[in-house]
Amino acid sequence: MTEILETEAAANDRRRAQVRKSLARRNGAETRFKLLGLASVLAAMAFVAVLFGNILMKGVPAFWQYNLDAEVFFDPAVINVPERPVQQPGQSAADFQAEMLAWQRRLALVNWNRLITASVQGAGAGVEIDDRSAVSVIDSGARFVLRDMVAADPALIGQTRTVRLLLSADGDNWAKGKLSRDLPDSRQQLSRPARDTIDALIASGAVHRSFAWHIFTNVDSRASPASAGLAGAFMGSFYMMLVVILLAVPVGVASALYLEEFAPKNRITDLIEVNINNLAAVPSIVFGLLGAAVFINIFHLPLSAPLVGGLVLTLMTLPTIIIATRSALRAVPPSLRQAALGIGASKMQMVFHHVLPVTFPGILTASIIGVAQALGETAPLLLIGMNAFVANIPATPLDQSAALPVQVYLWQGNENRNFFEERTFAAIIVLLGLMILLNALAIWLRTRLERKA
Amino acid sequence: MTSLLIAALVLALMAVAYQQGVSRSKALAGVGRLHSRPQYHGALLALWATLPLLLILFLWLVTSGTLQDWYIAGQIPAEIAPGTSEYAGAAARLRNIASGFGVAGEAQAWETAAGVNLARFNTTLLMAAVGLGAILGVAALVLMRGRLSARMRARNHVEAAIKALLIFCSVVAILTTLGIVVSLVAETLRFFTFVSPVDFFFGTVWNPGYSTTSNDASGSYGMLPLLLGTVMISVIAMAVALPVGLMSAIWLTQYANPRLRNVIKPVIEVLAGIPTIVYGFFALVTVGPALSGLGDLVGLRVNATSALTAGIVMGIMIIPFISSLSDDIIRQVPRAMRDGSLGLGATKSETIRMVIVPAALPGIVGAILLAVSRAIGETMIVVLAAGNAPILRFNPAEPTSTFTVTIVTALTGDADFASPQSLVAFALGLTLFVITLMLNIGALAIVRKYREQYE
Repeated sequence: MTEILETEAAANDRRRAQVRKSLARRNGAETRFKLLGLASVLAAMAFVAVLFGNILMKGVPAFWQYNLDAEVFFDPAVINVPERPVQQPGQSAADFQAEMLAWQRRLALVNWNRLITASVQGAGAGVEIDDRSAVSVIDSGARFVLRDMVAADPALIGQTRTVRLLLSADGDNWAKGKLSRDLPDSRQQLSRPARDTIDALIASGAVHRSFAWHIFTNVDSRASPASAGLAGAFMGSFYMMLVVILLAVPVGVASALYLEEFAPKNRITDLIEVNINNLAAVPSIVFGLLGAAVFINIFHLPLSAPLVGGLVLTLMTLPTIIIATRSALRAVPPSLRQAALGIGASKMQMVFHHVLPVTFPGILTASIIGVAQALGETAPLLLIGMNAFVANIPATPLDQSAALPVQVYLWQGNENRNFFEERTFAAIIVLLGLMILLNALAIWLRTRLERKA
Repeated sequence: MTSLLIAALVLALMAVAYQQGVSRSKALAGVGRLHSRPQYHGALLALWATLPLLLILFLWLVTSGTLQDWYIAGQIPAEIAPGTSEYAGAAARLRNIASGFGVAGEAQAWETAAGVNLARFNTTLLMAAVGLGAILGVAALVLMRGRLSARMRARNHVEAAIKALLIFCSVVAILTTLGIVVSLVAETLRFFTFVSPVDFFFGTVWNPGYSTTSNDASGSYGMLPLLLGTVMISVIAMAVALPVGLMSAIWLTQYANPRLRNVIKPVIEVLAGIPTIVYGFFALVTVGPALSGLGDLVGLRVNATSALTAGIVMGIMIIPFISSLSDDIIRQVPRAMRDGSLGLGATKSETIRMVIVPAALPGIVGAILLAVSRAIGETMIVVLAAGNAPILRFNPAEPTSTFTVTIVTALTGDADFASPQSLVAFALGLTLFVITLMLNIGALAIVRKYREQYE
């Protein structure tokens, strides 16, 4: 009898111990699992932080560049050009243009570098500096700055003006301390007098850092990297987005309206639906191939034109806008439709007078997000020739042009890596800034409009 | 200037027609009960009046260039042979004289005369087009105005026109797909006249010889090295994205409190909105060198641009894709299943592992397929960070190449468009399109089937 009781108690104890042990194990597994989940979330957030931190840290310094406030004497002995031509009455536009071109050619042949060397040598650095080194301190775009000043106002010849001249890419790198000071002369990009001049002028305050507005106002340049800017790429992207907004939004919304509100449920509409869903997931580069084969090769539209880029991006954004608009339409309560139909509205009136106004915030948000997505797309643009180097601001959507993401691609491939890595991050900041602005606009409009509705 | 005037003309005609329709309709209202409101009569009339004008202007836009060339051909003296550069120069000079811009220096007598003639021809052509369009438009306006009646179903007609426009817009998506398929297939067939499909699909050497400018297929075009590179990078990307994405989704849906979740979720989704070129550059200048340094620490040689670099960064890009799709799918698992499991004494993690994830598995598989199709079609990250070395090797620490990289290299080079070196891009594009299409269709089918299960 006692034996049995004993074994029962022992068995209970054993069982209890077993359960306790397994509970501890299970709770341990629970904690580990939970921590694993938390770790994943933290990892994902860390990626965001590292990405943005990296971009900001490397890109922000590029927005400040070193300049030399130089006393430039517009030496009449160097600038030896006749009076600027004026269009005579009765002279044809073509003749005047030829005469003007001849004058500008004379102006372009002037050795502007001599003005620059003179002003660098006279800047009071107290360093003996030869002509070549003096020129290498200043960005080669400076001569065009001087030329444009004279072209705009020929009366400058013979006078002295204080002009803010950008330091060259190498000079800027040196001033920012990005080049090692321990390297021997043979491995330095700048000669010793040039480096000493920069150091002395920084100490005297003549060379100083200021905000590089030209990043926003200048076009891309290969010859003078320090003054290369994003204006051309920005206008190219602007034209493309204009095309996308004018085409993708109306066509996408109309298409969504038809499919959601009017289309009979049959095989053909099913086909369109499957087709749109698949189109949304087709890799963007395939749209680029379509553009290259159809727009460029069959229709002979110009290469590198924002119009063609806009058309390709339109086709790419269309499915996104259609799908988002359809889900906005689906969210409209059926009672609204039934009420409109019940008091005698036609289907078209029901859709355009009642359903569409209610979904307007949703459609607007979807469109802006679609446009933001198109703004960052690069791959299809490379295939229609938008990776060409273009040093002009496009005047029309048919001119050759770059685009912001393509400019990032072009700058990252520049040989002057030391200078352009920073510059590329700056371009990325501008691109991301625009996208964040667009998304913020979408959120702001949605909350504002939804509160009103 | 002219185009503004023409636009003004179209708008004016439209406005007059609309006003006429409305006023006529109001007059009719006195006679009998109107079927449609006056605005619809106005809109119908405006449609009828402007359509012929727009049609003729469109015809003029399409044909005027050809007509002008034809007229110039008649003006240039016979001794300048067509097709030569002098001919093109003479034609350009004539156009400049006609446009009033003039030419530098003295124009020859025949040039001036021909230029004046050309200007007159252009003006006549434009005036004829605008005139004819306007006359037809006004005629249609008068004719249709007379036919307006109270019983006329103007609203139905206008709505039918709007509906036709809507249908046209939804056909654009179909046309796009058709355009993609037709252009890819046509160029691929052209490529297969140079290289046999067997060599392309099963060849193990990729060496198209971009440096040669000849139009023959002197190189080898085996796509297997590219396929290997694509698959390798996608596998690495999924190895990064799947655990992180799925576990984040589980933590956010099951453990996080709602307020924290509303903050964290958008932050992770920021990753999805960043342009891929940004990831590519990030991989090139930050991740690549870091991995290479890490490899040196443990004694492995890791190339800065390699399948590993591209794969890891692509994985980061795909995380929000996986996490938000799985998030939706996990929330669709019925609450009763979860509560049942918890009620039987299972811990939260046991419930997740043994009940929720198995129930959500088909949906998660669909999400994975969609993510893989994205990884395969991704371009800029691999263009910048994979190193573009199309060699058949299995080491992920070495540079590699993918379909998309090769498409970009083939079409951004200076090879002639009709050469196999360029056309191969379309064969690769078609392969890519078919692979991603199959993945997408499979994924959509799985996701749809799964949704029906619980709804």
